[in-house]
Amino acid sequence: MLRRASKTVSLFAAAVLTLAACTPGNPAEGNKTIKVAYQKTDSFTALDTMFQDAKKEFEAANQGVTVELQPIQGNDDDYGTKLALALRSPSTAPDVFYEDTFKVRSDVDAGYLLNLDSRLAGWGEWDKFDDAAKEAGKADDGGTYAVPLGTDTRAIWYNMKIFEAAGVALPWRPSSWQDILDTARKIKAASPGVIPFNMYAGKGTGEGTVMQGFYELLYGTGAGLYDPDSKKWVVGSAGFKDSLTFLKTLYSENLAVAPAEALDPNVWKKVFGEWFPKAKLGATVEGSYAPSFWQDGGSYAWPGYEQEMGVAPFPTQNGGAPGAVSMSGGWTLAVGAETKQPDLAFNFLTTALNAKNSLAFTVASSQIAVRSDVAADPAYQSANPFVKDVSGLVSVTKYRPATSDYPRISAAVQEATEAVITGSRTPEQAAADYDTAVAGIVGGDKTIRK
Amino acid sequence: MAANHRTRQLLRYLPVLPAVLLLLVFLAGPVLWAFHSSLTDAGLTGRSARNPEWVGLENYQRLLQDPVFPLSLALTVLFVAGSAIVGQNVLGLALAVLMRRARPVVSATVGTAVVAAWVLPEIVAAFAAYAFFSRDGTLNQLLGNFGASETDWLYTVPMAAVILANIWRGTAFSMLVYRAALNGVPAELTEAAHMDGAGPWQRLAFITLPVIRGSIATNLMLVTLQTLAVFTLIWVMTAGGPANGSTTLPVLAYQEAFKFGDIGYGTAVASVLILIGAVFGAAYLRLLRERKP
Repeated sequence: MLRRASKTVSLFAAAVLTLAACTPGNPAEGNKTIKVAYQKTDSFTALDTMFQDAKKEFEAANQGVTVELQPIQGNDDDYGTKLALALRSPSTAPDVFYEDTFKVRSDVDAGYLLNLDSRLAGWGEWDKFDDAAKEAGKADDGGTYAVPLGTDTRAIWYNMKIFEAAGVALPWRPSSWQDILDTARKIKAASPGVIPFNMYAGKGTGEGTVMQGFYELLYGTGAGLYDPDSKKWVVGSAGFKDSLTFLKTLYSENLAVAPAEALDPNVWKKVFGEWFPKAKLGATVEGSYAPSFWQDGGSYAWPGYEQEMGVAPFPTQNGGAPGAVSMSGGWTLAVGAETKQPDLAFNFLTTALNAKNSLAFTVASSQIAVRSDVAADPAYQSANPFVKDVSGLVSVTKYRPATSDYPRISAAVQEATEAVITGSRTPEQAAADYDTAVAGIVGGDKTIRK
Repeated sequence: MAANHRTRQLLRYLPVLPAVLLLLVFLAGPVLWAFHSSLTDAGLTGRSARNPEWVGLENYQRLLQDPVFPLSLALTVLFVAGSAIVGQNVLGLALAVLMRRARPVVSATVGTAVVAAWVLPEIVAAFAAYAFFSRDGTLNQLLGNFGASETDWLYTVPMAAVILANIWRGTAFSMLVYRAALNGVPAELTEAAHMDGAGPWQRLAFITLPVIRGSIATNLMLVTLQTLAVFTLIWVMTAGGPANGSTTLPVLAYQEAFKFGDIGYGTAVASVLILIGAVFGAAYLRLLRERKP
């Protein structure tokens, strides 16, 4: 009995030792590893390419250092969740990672990001970054915690073939919401099998619903999501209800896709990969990065898309100043607060974002450049015929209120759009539900009626 | 001498130590952790990720005011009742009874088909079910042969779709349990009843079912607990939509904790789920115990 017991104990001890041997200890001097986490999907490989190149460059310049790339497969939502879970523990936190601009503030609050101020001061190329873009990496304490990779804007992408067939004058430039509806109805009448004007809605498309859809409407009504002066969230605005009503009109008149399809998280793949190339979709609100899917080497390569597609700014509700609305986001690179090699990690970050790698990434992913030398490069300016149009929208663009509460507020907005397009709530009811949800999230004293 | 004896007694328990440790670490640990988290405002990001604050029963109070919670509770009950208690359980029993009388070839074929769905990993089964019910899926193609128009099953009747999918996926388990149980019913009992003039329904109701009552209770408990925890199937098929139309408690817990980053609130939902599981478990255990005089 005793013998069997001691055997069990030794087996158990052996198992523990084996497990312990598997966990990475302190890497020996001269054999350091930098872990890099980023997003990769079958339709978004530009970042992966950039990091592969940066890894080669960095390892060649730093003997004995290994860059361990950890691409995470998943959409933006899943990537954010997985990254946040990894960041919670120092043993799983990456040294360098790809971070959405709207998460910077809350992740700094959580203590996940390293302050880069002193290191950036010593980096000669930091001056080349656009000042507005630099803001995206700043936290509430004024320190900079992340370096922007690029930015984006949103516009209406439309298929000129379909517009021509409906007798719409080109280039199309809608002046108001009414103008959009009138055009969409014209298209429906001319080509019944075509989806005239799609706008994302519902929780399926996640942040896409609000960035490429609802906010273009809301910010064009004069209302906003957040009042920066009083630092309170806006509730009860007529603009919110009007925006929902516009979506309801689009969906109930079948001018957009069927609600069942709108709620499919993969609907955007159909937009880019199927409906536009096959001339089944008139127009949609999408990001400035749209050409990255269609250009040579993109995931939905479409030779000749330049001749068929057009781009127009999204109008304000009644054509009021400044005439157009766009939303901007973008992604950054950050260094983990718990990294054991902050200097090496920062050096890797600067290698990844040097002029050569930045240019290649900006062109491959149709980003709007944030480095002046990249923006001036002929390769950037001629990357696609839409660069000038979408870069011009920076003058009217809006940014999301990047507070810690934002992700939940965004979810509440998505829920309101879903309730309206499925017909389960009227725009008034859905707006009232949203007001209740916001008060529940931030507290009634942090809301303001406008 | 006595001390020596006691040492030996203690050593006797040593072999179970790893099992107990594993249970503590992987079962009791997470349950306690979930309950503890549900009393804090722990978040995935933001200030509360670093220093979660103790908020007492605040998350539970919020749960009571959340309009999605009662809906989600009702959907969970519907899902468990529809797919486990009625669906898997009754269908499993029916298959087991019928297979005893069927020819060996038929019985083996049906058995293989049913078990095939069960051995599929949950994610594969979920994709298969999604492919079956989706707009351009198998079901619509089959119905199209009869001239039916396309229906978005996952959109119009999301709960019915996930319930059917779960019945398809899980019936094999009940079927196997009941086949084993039926083999244990003494043949002379049923034969005697047959001699006394009892028909097949009477034999089932008054002989077979009472004899296998213990297996029924065990099976009900296991399928209920398994079904309460089903997440992947629903997440892949409908993601809880449309408009929360298939948001069962596990889906709600996941959404709150990981999509909205509110771990405290998400674990409060999970704690309620654990509680429901415990109540069901206790009820079935009682049912089991009553069998023995």
